[in-house]
Amino acid sequence: MTDIAARQLPRSSNGKIGDPLFRGVATFFAVLVLVILSGVMIALVHGALPALGHFGFGFLLTDSWNPVTDKFGALAPIVGTLLTSAIAMLIGIPLAFGVAVFITELCPVWLKRPLSTIIELLAAVPSIIYGIWGLFVFAPFMQSYVEPAIVNTLGNVPGIGRFFAGPPLGIGILTAGIILGIMVLPFISSIMRDVFETVPLILKESAYGLGSTTWEVMWQVVLPFTRIGVVGGIMLGLGRALGETMAVTFVIGNAHRVQTSILAPGTTISASLANEFTEAVGDLYLSSLFALGFILFVITFIVLAIAKLMLVQMSKRAGT
Amino acid sequence: MVRYSTALMGALVAATMAAATHVQAAEISGAGATFPYPIYAKWAEAFKAKTGIAMNYQSIGSGGGIKQIQSKTVDFGASDMPLKAEELEKSGLLQFPMIMGGEVAAINVKGIESGKMKLDGPTLADIYLGKITKWNDPALTKLNPGLKLPDQAIAVVHRSDGSGTTFIFTDYLSKVSPEWKEKVGSNTAVEWPVGLGGKGNEGVAANVTRTDGSIGYVEYAYALQNKMAYTLLANKEGVYNKPDASSFQAAAANADWKNAPGFYLLLTDQPGKQSWPITGASFILMYKQQDKPEVAKQVLQFFDWSYHNGQKMAEELDYVPMPDPVVKLVEDTWKTQIKGPDGKPIFAGPAS
Repeated sequence: MTDIAARQLPRSSNGKIGDPLFRGVATFFAVLVLVILSGVMIALVHGALPALGHFGFGFLLTDSWNPVTDKFGALAPIVGTLLTSAIAMLIGIPLAFGVAVFITELCPVWLKRPLSTIIELLAAVPSIIYGIWGLFVFAPFMQSYVEPAIVNTLGNVPGIGRFFAGPPLGIGILTAGIILGIMVLPFISSIMRDVFETVPLILKESAYGLGSTTWEVMWQVVLPFTRIGVVGGIMLGLGRALGETMAVTFVIGNAHRVQTSILAPGTTISASLANEFTEAVGDLYLSSLFALGFILFVITFIVLAIAKLMLVQMSKRAGT
Repeated sequence: MVRYSTALMGALVAATMAAATHVQAAEISGAGATFPYPIYAKWAEAFKAKTGIAMNYQSIGSGGGIKQIQSKTVDFGASDMPLKAEELEKSGLLQFPMIMGGEVAAINVKGIESGKMKLDGPTLADIYLGKITKWNDPALTKLNPGLKLPDQAIAVVHRSDGSGTTFIFTDYLSKVSPEWKEKVGSNTAVEWPVGLGGKGNEGVAANVTRTDGSIGYVEYAYALQNKMAYTLLANKEGVYNKPDASSFQAAAANADWKNAPGFYLLLTDQPGKQSWPITGASFILMYKQQDKPEVAKQVLQFFDWSYHNGQKMAEELDYVPMPDPVVKLVEDTWKTQIKGPDGKPIFAGPAS
């Protein structure tokens, strides 16, 4: 007893220096994050100013990207970024939901651990590997089988046909979107799985006890209980899709044009930056790339803001 | 424990300092174009074995090389796109050609072997302008009466990153097609009317080899190493030559380096029956006024050694060494123009 007291005493006296020190260090790190973030912001705006000043608001609305005549517009990369991310979400979310439901509700116990590990491993695959696989395996497959089929069926439908037209190149917005969908899948599904498992057993068992099917339990008990986590997981996936660079660069075709067909080559903001920074000669060219970076920053910021807003709305509705 | 780690730190610091002084004593650094990287690396290895002086070259691209030499973070910059004489004057830089190479149009069309298909400049420009979209277009069948060309869409492949390769290629298209010159022009990156982009020579090569019905431009060495099919290309005299070291050299031999201020000379579309039309040189940039004469001396020593002893290595890697008269011209410029802080010339003359 006395032994413990003796050992505790010097520690509590140390706390007089240690506590403020710890508080100071922790505050310093927290502030450091803010400083770095605003530093990045300032650097981007500073770099982008010449281009934004020169082209004005039209920078966002023109798709010309001409280093010879120094005319730059961000429309093609913006459209490409949003389109590929949208396709990725269309594919990734339902798949991830299915995977998470299977693991938490339907999967035999012996398969649970290995399956979860494998899906987490999918997240650990470096994006360049997806790029190489996309270029050498997936794109030729798209060119020979999937895209001709799309062109011959959906491409002939009046009205929407032009969104699925064109020669099948195997490389383009659609291929990039599908690969992004596969890439974001593990992020979304592992978060969905984790939050699904936080649902108290008693809630689920009560629902089952009332005669609900698994589908009803998922849809009416688990999802409402975990919606914040689910939206968070989706946003994390969307964030990754918006910013993904290497895998997209390999399969999107890197063409600065806005085309109606999703089979056509396009580009994204991050792919343009990765491709062109090293050899951007001319101040306006470089500044336009900075402006692209700034726009990506703003887009991700808006996505996060919308996510927060949605969560607030949802919790309000749940309250009434 | 504390004492142990202090000792370790001390040893580490000592080791780093020793390494740093060693580096300062015998390392020269350069950065720039990716196209000459393999040969610069090979020369550097051989040069180090002989003299103990290491040359560290970062292949970050021509634009990056120009930026790095302007901010003086490297001892020399390398670019496939030469700077104009007035730009050199403004920044106090000296420019000289170091090595040459050629570019070919690589194709992937079923049933057409390497060196069988003929193209001329205007047709190639029309393909890249999107005016010729099928392989059996009359313009192509007229040039190739013996070939069976398929009814297939042409997938045009270009570089997605800025590149000296693109500069040379678009410079050629501008020379042979007025429409290209007016609509697109030439630069390290341009606004491509059609096609899809691959990053680097390897990106274009990968896109061409895996896309049916594609055409792309790559360095000759890349086409050779990747066993890609290339086309014959009509030169200024209308002769269809094979791309190889002799036709590249023929293009260079006819070039008038003597009357090119700052060695600003593009070797595309050169006269001469033997010439290959898309040939280019890669350039080195150095400051005329050197703050560190001993480093500059080692740099020039390296280039001098490479000019005189590196031809065979260059040919092994499918590059074309500079002809002797041009080397002499370059070394004369070194003697008169590159000076130390005391105003004395740094380069005394060839070592051998």
